[in-house]
Amino acid sequence: MMSASTPVIVVPRKRRNVELALILFALALTLGAAAMVDLNVTGSISSTFPYLAGVGAGLALVAHIAIRWKLPYADPVILPCVVLLNGLGLAMIHRIDLINDPPTSGARQQLIWTALGVVLFVLVAFVIRDHRPLQRFTYTLGLSGIVLLLLPLVPVIGTAKFGAQIWIHVGPYSFQPSEVAKIFLCIAFASYLVEKRDVLALAGWRVLGLDLPRARDLGPILLMWLASLAVLVFQNDLGTSLLFFGLFVMMLYVSTERPGWAVLGTLLFAAGAYLGYLLFAHVKIRVGAWLHPFSNYDLYYQVVNAQFGMAWGGLLGTGLGLGRPGLTPLARSDFIAAALGEELGMTGLMAIVMLYALIVSRGLRTALACREPFGKLLACGLSFAFALQVFTIIGGVTRLLPLTGLTTPFMSQGGSSLVANWTIMALLLLISHHVRKPVATVSENVAAQDETQLLKRPA
Amino acid sequence: MNRPIRRVAVVVMLMFGLLFANVTFNVVFRTESLNAQPQNRRVRDAEFAQDRGSILAGTTEIATTTPVRDRFKYLRTYPQGELYAPVTGFYSYDHARSGLESSYNTQLAGTDDSLFVRRMIDLVTNRTPKGASVETTINPDAQRAAAKALGDQKGAVVAIDPQTGAILAMVTSPSYDPNKIASHDIEAAGKAYQRLATAKNHPMANRAAREIYPPGSTFKLVTAAAALEAGKTPDSKVKSPTRLKLPGTQTYLGNESNCGGQQITLQHALEVSCNTAFANLGLELGADKLRDQANKFGFDARHLSDLGGAASKFPENPDRSQTALSAIGQFDVAASPLQMAMVTAAIANDGVLMDPYIVSVVRAPDLKPLQTTKPKELSQPMTADNAKALQKMMVGVVNNGTGTTARIPGVEVGGKTGTAQSDLKRKPFAWFTSYATSGDRQVAVAVVVEDADIPRQDIAGGRVAAPIAKAVMKAVL
Repeated sequence: MMSASTPVIVVPRKRRNVELALILFALALTLGAAAMVDLNVTGSISSTFPYLAGVGAGLALVAHIAIRWKLPYADPVILPCVVLLNGLGLAMIHRIDLINDPPTSGARQQLIWTALGVVLFVLVAFVIRDHRPLQRFTYTLGLSGIVLLLLPLVPVIGTAKFGAQIWIHVGPYSFQPSEVAKIFLCIAFASYLVEKRDVLALAGWRVLGLDLPRARDLGPILLMWLASLAVLVFQNDLGTSLLFFGLFVMMLYVSTERPGWAVLGTLLFAAGAYLGYLLFAHVKIRVGAWLHPFSNYDLYYQVVNAQFGMAWGGLLGTGLGLGRPGLTPLARSDFIAAALGEELGMTGLMAIVMLYALIVSRGLRTALACREPFGKLLACGLSFAFALQVFTIIGGVTRLLPLTGLTTPFMSQGGSSLVANWTIMALLLLISHHVRKPVATVSENVAAQDETQLLKRPA
Repeated sequence: MNRPIRRVAVVVMLMFGLLFANVTFNVVFRTESLNAQPQNRRVRDAEFAQDRGSILAGTTEIATTTPVRDRFKYLRTYPQGELYAPVTGFYSYDHARSGLESSYNTQLAGTDDSLFVRRMIDLVTNRTPKGASVETTINPDAQRAAAKALGDQKGAVVAIDPQTGAILAMVTSPSYDPNKIASHDIEAAGKAYQRLATAKNHPMANRAAREIYPPGSTFKLVTAAAALEAGKTPDSKVKSPTRLKLPGTQTYLGNESNCGGQQITLQHALEVSCNTAFANLGLELGADKLRDQANKFGFDARHLSDLGGAASKFPENPDRSQTALSAIGQFDVAASPLQMAMVTAAIANDGVLMDPYIVSVVRAPDLKPLQTTKPKELSQPMTADNAKALQKMMVGVVNNGTGTTARIPGVEVGGKTGTAQSDLKRKPFAWFTSYATSGDRQVAVAVVVEDADIPRQDIAGGRVAAPIAKAVMKAVL
């Protein structure tokens, strides 16, 4: 133990070199995967491979430099995981491109979106720099979040694709606004709940050993419940509905520390889901495909073929480029996990899930270590939403749950999801930087000198 | 807020744990059934694109795989498709498989557990896995002879080695060309299949093992065996009136041929195929004894499971008039040609019935035998002495009776003719079942010809079916 007179400054190690090494490792895996796809499908590496590989590697390094420069104390594991997931996703999309004759250019588009994601990532690190001021935009962000969420319902720009009306179209561009809404609402919930947590924590009635909230405080949760039901009803989107409501309930519980909220929320969700099941044919189809996919091959074609693909891959997979993911519809978007399971095997799929789990665990660690409630709640919310999304979509594809059409973060083809997830990771890294950054302590001796001191943060 | 965050972390951990558990469950418990689903195109295509093992008859490849330059890479071909179709069956993309292609599918495809080590070696050495080959007991000479003798007539021929139970020939007519169904032009293959499946003369039916017919007078062998087992001798006298009033009815059973008296020996009754004599025998023995004897010969059980053989039948509860009819192979008695060949084989093999089999050995691509069939005794329907007595009676049929057309100089040939007429609208079936012994070589052959357009009772079997059996016996010996 050091004596009380010595100023104690705990300086966490930055571990930027570890991050760099991990990123290089992730890049090696990614580029190896992409090269393997080319070799296995066409027999030779395509002429554009070096350029695209260069762009991909460059993007990863740009993100790394941004962290090194602006967020040097940020968690060193998150970015390598993201690079690996994004890269494997690109390799898989490239693989599915090659099924078509002539090959489609999905991977190139995805790479452009990745670039945009990295730009936003860098912007968050350079422009926002600190997450705390975001608290000020509670209602602005909340309102924009809701508007974004419901935007696809606006005629003309909103379009239904694959049964769910969750897209907007402007000219040739399409966008899934709920992905951005996720971030906005997460920030808005966090700041709203931090502000109102004391009121919401007041216990109302006690039922079965649970302190349920006061009836007059039920407003927000009911509002969120209705909003998510609206998403389910009008947009036919069970996944998004579950995601937002789950996120809200979890944050409510964390901020108030009242399990009553969580129980109530779960019950409300169950009721909503059951209602949805009774009222909507598409929910019934999803549940049917989950429980007995082989009872109606034509109706449950998608899910059944995803299962066929994963069974075909077995434990170790057919090898990249050697499976037949093209037989599963939407292999590059909703069912990319099935395509990965087929070609990388269940082992590969589990490794991917493990990467997600690592990201989530790092996010939750950040939340635990955070010293102020807003950052805590925001980090926890973002991590949980991420986890819930991964659980729902991969659980759906592997028949753990009924399928809901969410994106597989960083892997599914689609710009909105990619950009949104890069932003979420930037926010998490931002918070973790502030959490791990050493706080200057004023030593007693310094105070005793009674002079104006320049307190300098250690580099 | 740390406590709830920790709990959230636990929930998240549970979620990921569930994902892992479920994925593991899928791999362990669901993979196999998913890969066995008929709609699974990945499995079907991969199997279709496999260097599938051959099916052989002796050294002749009767189903083989040839490399082609299309998306499946290997084409299943049947060099003498029509001749061996009842044995090989077909291998199709959309209509699954039949015959040995079906029952030995995993071995032929190389996916069988017995080929596991082989597969692993192929995987490591990066060789294209090859399927095992299936060697049948079919004797190509006998098969060709049977097909040639049967010609365009609708019917079937089965030849068995009585001492082992090995099937030496199995021909059914009309047959079909499995090449058309195995074609890589999936659409054309589908059309060919539809045409064959709906054709009026059922070319895809395996008439030798999977169809049962009224056996007519050939069933008298079973009745005779039961009589001998009950203590009679070939010289025992049997009542053989010109007409027999069936008990409890006003119907008379007549004879198609001259029985040669009111009291004749059992031997003579078989030689001339005397209906009234055997009907009387049946009445004397009773339905249960007849059924027991039939079952000992293999009735009421399915044989040759590799080809999905049908079970032959003796009626459950016949009254006395029905018993009399059953004793001469009419009423509800029904037998496959395979079954009648088994009856004959058991008699020829001195009363021991061998389990019929068609696959002798399954060989890995490196020619190592993976499974070898050992001849197996199925039952002993008769004592050796009675069997020898019945052999003599059958030789009498060929030498002095209705089966003279089957005679082969210098060879012991025993047989029994039959013409079955179970309903009046249908043309009778001509039967001939026989065995031949020459030195230590032996063969039993059963022949059925549907639509034999000849009304006379036993001459029909002798005239139409016996020469076919003779041709097959000559080919084997």
